[in-house]
Parts: sequence; structure tokens; C-alpha cells
Amino acid sequence: MDFQLAEEQRALKSGMRELLAARFDRDALRAAVDRPAVDRALWRALGEAGFFALRLSEKEGGVGLGLPEAALLFEEAGRALLPGPLVATHLAAREVPGAATGETVVTRVDGPLVAWLDQADLVQGDAVDATPIRSLDPLTPLHRTTGTRTDAPHEAVLLTAAEQLGSAARTTELAVQHARQRAQFGQAVGAFQAVKHLCADMLVRTEVARAAVYAAAVTGDPYEIAGAKLLADEAAVRCARDCLQVHGGMGFTWEADVHLHLKRAWVRSEQWQSAEQAAEALAAAL
Amino acid sequence: MDLTYTEEEEAFRAGLRTWLSRALPQLPPRPDPLDWPGRRAYDTTWQRMLYDAGYAGLHWPEEAGGRGATPTQHLIFLEETERAGAPYVGANFVGLLHAGPTIAAEGTPEQRARWLPPVLRGDEIWCQGFSEPDAGSDLAALRTRAVRDGDDYVVTGSKIWTSHAEVADWCELLVRTEPVSESVPKHRGITWLAMPMDAPGITVRPLRTLAGSTEFAEVFLDEVRVPAAHRVGAENDGWRVTMVTLSFERGTAFVGEVVACRRTLAELAAAAKANGRWDDATVRRQLGSLNAEFTALWRLTQWNVSAAGRGGGVPGVGGSVFKLRYSHARQELYDTAARVLGPDCLDLDRDWTLDRLSSLSYTIAAGTSQIQRNIVAERILGLPKGR
Ligand SMILES: Cc1cc2nc3c(=O)[nH]c(=O)nc-3n(C[C@H](O)[C@H](O)[C@H](O)COP(=O)(O)OP(=O)(O)OC[C@H]3O[C@@H](n4cnc5c(N)ncnc54)[C@H](O)[C@@H]3O)c2cc1C
Repeated sequence: MDFQLAEEQRALKSGMRELLAARFDRDALRAAVDRPAVDRALWRALGEAGFFALRLSEKEGGVGLGLPEAALLFEEAGRALLPGPLVATHLAAREVPGAATGETVVTRVDGPLVAWLDQADLVQGDAVDATPIRSLDPLTPLHRTTGTRTDAPHEAVLLTAAEQLGSAARTTELAVQHARQRAQFGQAVGAFQAVKHLCADMLVRTEVARAAVYAAAVTGDPYEIAGAKLLADEAAVRCARDCLQVHGGMGFTWEADVHLHLKRAWVRSEQWQSAEQAAEALAAAL
Repeated sequence: MDLTYTEEEEAFRAGLRTWLSRALPQLPPRPDPLDWPGRRAYDTTWQRMLYDAGYAGLHWPEEAGGRGATPTQHLIFLEETERAGAPYVGANFVGLLHAGPTIAAEGTPEQRARWLPPVLRGDEIWCQGFSEPDAGSDLAALRTRAVRDGDDYVVTGSKIWTSHAEVADWCELLVRTEPVSESVPKHRGITWLAMPMDAPGITVRPLRTLAGSTEFAEVFLDEVRVPAAHRVGAENDGWRVTMVTLSFERGTAFVGEVVACRRTLAELAAAAKANGRWDDATVRRQLGSLNAEFTALWRLTQWNVSAAGRGGGVPGVGGSVFKLRYSHARQELYDTAARVLGPDCLDLDRDWTLDRLSSLSYTIAAGTSQIQRNIVAERILGLPKGR
């Protein structure tokens, strides 16, 4: 047993981080907030980097890697707040032409919601009655449908959990950075224990979620995946809230990125598998 | 990321399982949990059985008499012994999990030869004399003094919360060998000594815990003579040695118990199904989310152990991350048990009740949650020290 990232996995993850730093930096993020749209050029760049085709065999034109590697890439996407129906397109890579290369943007009806309906080239599921709602998350346009929640593919649940993990890790980092820089009462606010302990709890939540998500990606076990989603949802939401608190008044502004993490974490918590579904699945396993 | 065990590791597991299935029926009946002499006898008997089978000090280095097992093998050992319902280290806790490893890392060859074999054989047990009435979380504020007199240190002061002091043979003792002054900050001037518990001048006064037991005690030291040869590390260098001790205590001490919690959770689910509480969705989902919790904590353990395996053995501050979450999760488990079992959780003759009471110590002992948060924030996240 060696439950640590292998060298190639580390390289894959940092490669993705570099790609996103180059192609989706903070300016791009804020531009997307003002005008949410799928950036087709970026989408194709992701396709080229293997983001969608990662789990297809080389014979199918894919990269031949597995769920653990996909989870690492989705963690990076979550960290960068990359918008778009990433999970649905990744899942469609085998059956929808062009999805694997990032030419075709695919979304999917997920219970009562469907994200990015107007921007997608293809919708999986019945979206006939879909009506747009004013989405809480400026980076995720949403439609409501008359559908009800069904059992989502395990991979979708896991990759969403991985995005939540990335977001939790990022807000922890943002909070710590701020706590080291911002001074009050003549010292960095991070020297105050009340702030310090918020940050420590953020790290603990993130690391517990990380262990859960990575292990579930390795085993592919549906119960473990449900546990990973439950813990990663919680980590993403609560870390974003605590990050907002650590930022003080600045945290409540549109200008700070914290709200974008929180809103997306809330959206993802409703996607693919709810907390109730996850908890029921985990209870059934007892 | 690899969660499968190698053939070698699986062979080790299989051998251990076979041995456990034969060894456990030979154990004497479990003593009353409140009877410490009885528990000492029981725990050391078990230790002797482990020793005879070659399983003692699995994770200790070979020079120290251990098996030099990999962290993963140690993990398998903890997993399998818990799963089989084998006794917990109990009275051997301090000797095996931190005093021993500290002596192995910091002691002289003579010290290792003197103290380590009896720990491994279960002949001698240790207690930990760190905390004092006015120095708990602020451990370095300790005041128990040791003055050099010829070949001895003469120790005067008192210790508190010393677990199983009543039945211990040795104590890992922190003393002040240099008074705090402008030129000596409190972390300097501390020395780590091995004190025989039968030395004249030692009085042990048991303290009653909230569970009604006397598992810890106050220890009064009145001019107790401890040979200078019993000093581990240099004089006044005890704080550094203590950090080694604490990294062992916090790094590995609770690992095996996660497995026990998963078993307890399964028993609780069975109880809920039997008494109808399972039909309550809130209770059921609470049990489900505890399932996620303990599974994740087990995975985090494997993560930390793998990291230690790559990093050379001494557990890192990852132990604090684990301890923080685990100690609270364990308390939540018993709160949920109370919801499931109702009035049965008020009956002191039920294991649940006593375990629920004992779980209250997990957020305090071995460094409170607040202290663990300071460690995580300062040593992992690099936040400034402050007040
Ligand atoms: C069951 C049990 C067994 C034990 N066994 C042993 C043993 O064998 N040997 C031994 O030496 N000790 C032992 N201890 C002692 C244990 O290590 C101490 O109780 C613990 O470190 C806390 O110290 P204290 O009791 O003095 O509490 P205090 O330090 O007085 O703490 C009181 C409260 O203040 C908080 N606090 C203190 N300092 C800070 C700070 N800097 N920031 C934020 N909050 C703070 C604490 O979190 C706590 O909530 C045992 C304790 C228990 C409960």
C-alpha cells in the first residue's frame, strides 16, 4: 500500500494547474462572471490536454487513465472555479462525437436541474419543459425541469466531489493568505486564536475530504463515493463560509472571489447526489 | 495512489490472523474496567503473548528489539488486532507507544538495553509524568525541580493526571533543571528522566474520573533520588526530547481505534434496526454520515501512514489533523448512540455508557483540541504565533 500521489499523478495535476493559470487566470474568471459563456477555445484546449478523454482507452483515442487521475484534474478545475458542464461532457466522451476533444459541449438533465442548457451543443435527458431560473451562481446558468432526482452515475458524483475538494483547498489557502497579511490591533489577524482556529478547522475539513475523495477514486466503491461527496460538499461549503468570515467586510463584496466559491459549492451540493441521498446510501451500507 | 496491499503485506496479515484466532481464546477473562491491578495483569499477559509470537514492538527499529516493520505492516497489525477484538495496548500504552520509541530514538545503548526489552516483554510498564497542576496545555511551564547531587538528581514537585501511575514501574518524567530567568526561557532548562516508581519519596494519590474509575492519579515527589544515568538526552535539552515523545503520542496513538469505531457503528446500526429507531430518517442519516466519517478517517490514516513511510518513520503533524477530527467524531458517535438507545444509555452496566463517558477525554488528553488547532495553524499553515 502506498496511498500517496505517484510521480506521474503529481505531474498531471501540476500540468493542469499550469494550463489553468495560463488560460483561465483571475482576469478570465472575472470576465466570465460578467458574461458567463463556455469559452470554446479553452474548452478545446482542455480537450487537447486530455481532460475529457482521459478515461477512454488509447484505442478509442483517449489517454487510458482512470478515475483517480480524473479526480485530480477535476480537483484543479474546482480550485480554479472553471465554469461549464465539465462533468457531463467528461461523462459523454465515449458516446458523443466531439465531446472527447472538447469540440462538443454536452450537458445533462440532473434531476430537477440542468446547467448550461443554452450554451450546450447537446442535452442528455428530457429538457423539453426546462425554464430558466436566475441562478444564484453567476458562473452556472441553470434551468429547472419537471424531472425528479434519480440515481446519478457514480463517476459524476465523484468528480463533482473532487471539484468541491479543490474549492475547499483553495478557500483555505485564500483565508490563510489573508490572515497573514491583514493587520489589526498591531498584528496580523492570523495571530489571533479565534482566526487561527477557523483556519485550522478549514484545513482539517479539507484533508479529511481529500482522503475520502482520493480513496473513493481508487476503489470506485459507490458507498465510498457517496461518503466522499457528503464530506467534500461539507468541506467546500463550510470552508467558503469561514473564508468569507476571515476576510471581514471584504469577504462580503462582489469584488472578492470568496462568494463565487461559496455559490458554486452550494450549486454542486445540489448536483448529482444530494446530502440526503448520500447519507441514505451510506446508511444502507451499514 | 495504491490502496492494495502487496503480497508480502497480505502474507503478514494472513499469518497474524491465524495467530490471533489461536491466541485470543487463551486469554484470561477480561478484568473489571475499574480494576487497575487486574487490568495491568491482563494487558501485560497479552503483551507477553505478542512478544512470544514475535509481534511485540512491531514498529520499533530492530536495534531497539523491534521488528522494524514498515508503517503499513504496523497499520495492518492495528487493523487486524482490533478486528479480532484483541485487547487494546491499555496499561502498556506509554511504554510501547511513546516512552519506548523515545528511548529508542534518543537513549544511549545502555539505556536501550536496560529499558526496552522489559517493555516489549510486558514485564515493566510506564506512565507519563508530564502534566502538573499549573502546567497542562502550557507544558513548558512545569515547576517540578531536579537538583544535581553527586550521581543523582533530587526531584521535588508534583504531577497530575498521570494515567495508571498506581501500577506503573517507570515514569517518563519532565523536570526543571534550571530555573526560568531572563536568560533561561521556560522551554530551556527542562530535562527528561526515567524515574523508578518505587523510589522513596513518591506518593501516588488516585484521582477519580467522571466515569467513576481511578485510571489516573496525582503523583507527589518529595526529594526523590533519580540516578543521573537515567537522563535521556542532555541536561536542559528535555524539551527537544519531549517533542519527539509528543510526535509519537499524537502521531500514531489513536490509529487502531478508528477500526473499533467502525465496528461500534455497525453494532449501533444493528441495534437501531432491532428497536425501530432505524425508521426515523434523521437518525438513519446521522448513522450514514458517521459511516462516511469513520471511513474517511480510516483513509486519512492510510494517507498519513503512507506519507510517514515515504518520509522516514517519525510521524508528522498530520497526527494533529487526525486527532482533532477523530476525537470529535468519536463523541458524536456516542451522542448518536444515545439517540438510538434512549434510556439504555443511562445504564452504567452497559458498555455504551462507559464508553460514552470515556470518549469525553479524547478532546482533552494528549493535547486539547484548542492546542491541536494551534499546532495545525502554526506548524502546517504557517500562521504567526500569538496570544
Ligand atoms: C484521561 C486523561 C489522561 C491523561 N493522562 C495523562 C498522563 O498520563 N500524563 C500526563 O502527563 N498528562 C495526562 N493527561 C493530561 C492532559 O495532557 C492535560 O489534561 C491536557 O494537556 C490539558 O491540560 P490541563 O488539564 O492543564 O488543561 P488547561 O491547560 O488548564 O486547559 C483548560 C482549557 O483552556 C484551554 N487552553 C489552554 N491553553 C490554551 C491556549 N493556548 N489556547 C487555547 N485554549 C487553551 C484548553 O483547551 C482547555 O479548554 C491526561 C488527561 C486526561 C483527560
